[in-house]
Amino acid sequence: MTEPVPAGGGADRSPRPWRAANRAFAGRRRLGVGALLGPPLAWMLVVYVGSLLLLVWSSLYRLDPVTQKPTHEFTWANLRSAFALWDADTRDAIWPFVRTVGVALLVTAICVMIAMPVAFFVAKVAPRWMRRGLIVAMLMPLWAGYLVKGYAWRAMVSPAGGRFAAEGKGDGGFLESVFGWTPGYGRVAIVVALVYLWLPYMILPVYAGLERLPPSLLDAAGDLGARPLRTFREIILPMLLPSVAAGSIFTFSLTLGDYIVPQIVNNGEERFMFGSTINATLGAPNQPLAAAYTLWPLVIIVLYLLAMKRAGAFDNL
Amino acid sequence: MKLSAPSRVALALATVATLVFLYLPLAVVLRLSFNPAKSVAWPGFNGYTLDWWRKAWEAEGPKDALLNSCKVALAATFVALVLGTLAAMAMARFRFFGRNAVSFLMVLPISLPGIVTGIALQNTFSRTFSLTLFDIRWFSFRVGFGFHSLVIAHATFCVVVAYNNVVARLRRSSPNLLEASADLGAHGSQTFRYITFPLMRSALLAGGILAFALSFDEIVVTTFTAGSGFLTLPQWILANYSRPQNVPLVNVMATFVMVVSIPMAYLAQRLSDGGTDT
Repeated sequence: MTEPVPAGGGADRSPRPWRAANRAFAGRRRLGVGALLGPPLAWMLVVYVGSLLLLVWSSLYRLDPVTQKPTHEFTWANLRSAFALWDADTRDAIWPFVRTVGVALLVTAICVMIAMPVAFFVAKVAPRWMRRGLIVAMLMPLWAGYLVKGYAWRAMVSPAGGRFAAEGKGDGGFLESVFGWTPGYGRVAIVVALVYLWLPYMILPVYAGLERLPPSLLDAAGDLGARPLRTFREIILPMLLPSVAAGSIFTFSLTLGDYIVPQIVNNGEERFMFGSTINATLGAPNQPLAAAYTLWPLVIIVLYLLAMKRAGAFDNL
Repeated sequence: MKLSAPSRVALALATVATLVFLYLPLAVVLRLSFNPAKSVAWPGFNGYTLDWWRKAWEAEGPKDALLNSCKVALAATFVALVLGTLAAMAMARFRFFGRNAVSFLMVLPISLPGIVTGIALQNTFSRTFSLTLFDIRWFSFRVGFGFHSLVIAHATFCVVVAYNNVVARLRRSSPNLLEASADLGAHGSQTFRYITFPLMRSALLAGGILAFALSFDEIVVTTFTAGSGFLTLPQWILANYSRPQNVPLVNVMATFVMVVSIPMAYLAQRLSDGGTDT
């Protein structure tokens, strides 16, 4: 510290308002907590929690079929048409949600399968001086911009003879023209782009978990005759579970809520992800029904967070 | 653990392949921003032009959007830093009832899907904005969709970034410093000025950069809370990526975003790692 701390003794020489504040807070712990916590807590409760409650509340209003605006009449109809799975219409509307959960699980599984060997290499195999650089290199693409990355995958997978074929010379995006093959726009591109977006969120906690794993444990397993695969299965995997759970919170919940990048890399099917369903319902316009639909991801995320909390994920965030 | 040479090589190759996977698409966009043709088709390595960079510089749309994004991100970062720092100081220094609930509350806005946050805030804003008119003598101020709504929305999910950085720093720094300061007779404001604030300065900067980046990049909550007539850069990109005549400009703006934000993120990383020596 460059400036010496003045020994105040008794006389407070701070500017006048500061002096008053010092007097007011001296020795009053509760007042201190209240003053510090008050503004952020008020903001979060009023702006955020308040909005969420208002959203749930707004799903209980009836939509006026003529003006297409929510009225102030109370109805269960919106919640019913969002949750009555015995109803064929509801099932049709909710089908994208099931598909979205499937995509989220698939993306999470692929991220785990890529992150495990890569994080293991960085944490345990690569020379010590390379580790920091490698992990920073893995994390930096996180900041390249969400849309930029979605757009980049569009440029990667765009097929020959697409809508841009007439505009420029040379057909097709990077994959098509360099490798002569592309998955094109569609489901494969959606999963690849989502894995691309969220992979660093899985690599980081898995890497941190592996770094905490004492090397002596792995040596002991080796000395006792365990082959690497067995050491992996019986030592590394169980100890890494909380880290994987922590990473999966990101890969799962971010995929679940995403619909914009899937739209960018999916020219054909407009409504692949559930987010698009909610968005389209809102634009229909049917705000109360859209509000009811948002309860699906809300409930699933809360359940998922609770499950991951049990797996020890929150100590590893 | 003794790994055989082939499995070491296999792991190294997997790592290299992952790095290629992570950087190749970004490199493709970078290359396309110098592409003479107006398409996302891969041009190979022949033909480079700076025309699109010049056109993007001259065009009004992307520049306005960039400026709007910066304004919103700056204001949201300021609010988030103030709120996040207050919360972090309370959480790091005091034990009190409901502590876990507070940290859960901070994380909630980024854990829930953007579309839920977006629709919830849009719903609240459209119900309350007509009511919020501050008209105090010559100071008249109306909160509305556009800049104001975006700052409120972005600040809400940026608080957690500022909070995380500051709380981590305060936890790592010794409470003895505060006690020593008090023992030497410093008053609360002096301890803050000479001890607490210098301790968290670099964490504030790191949190600020990350909050700025988070706000600058956000698109889902933004589309729901911007209202009409106020366009941020992500919104501009989303509106133009599929318009053939604007694809070159999208390439340029996308490249610009990544060339500016990746080094900033690196800087933030260094700042939040450092600062333990004080």
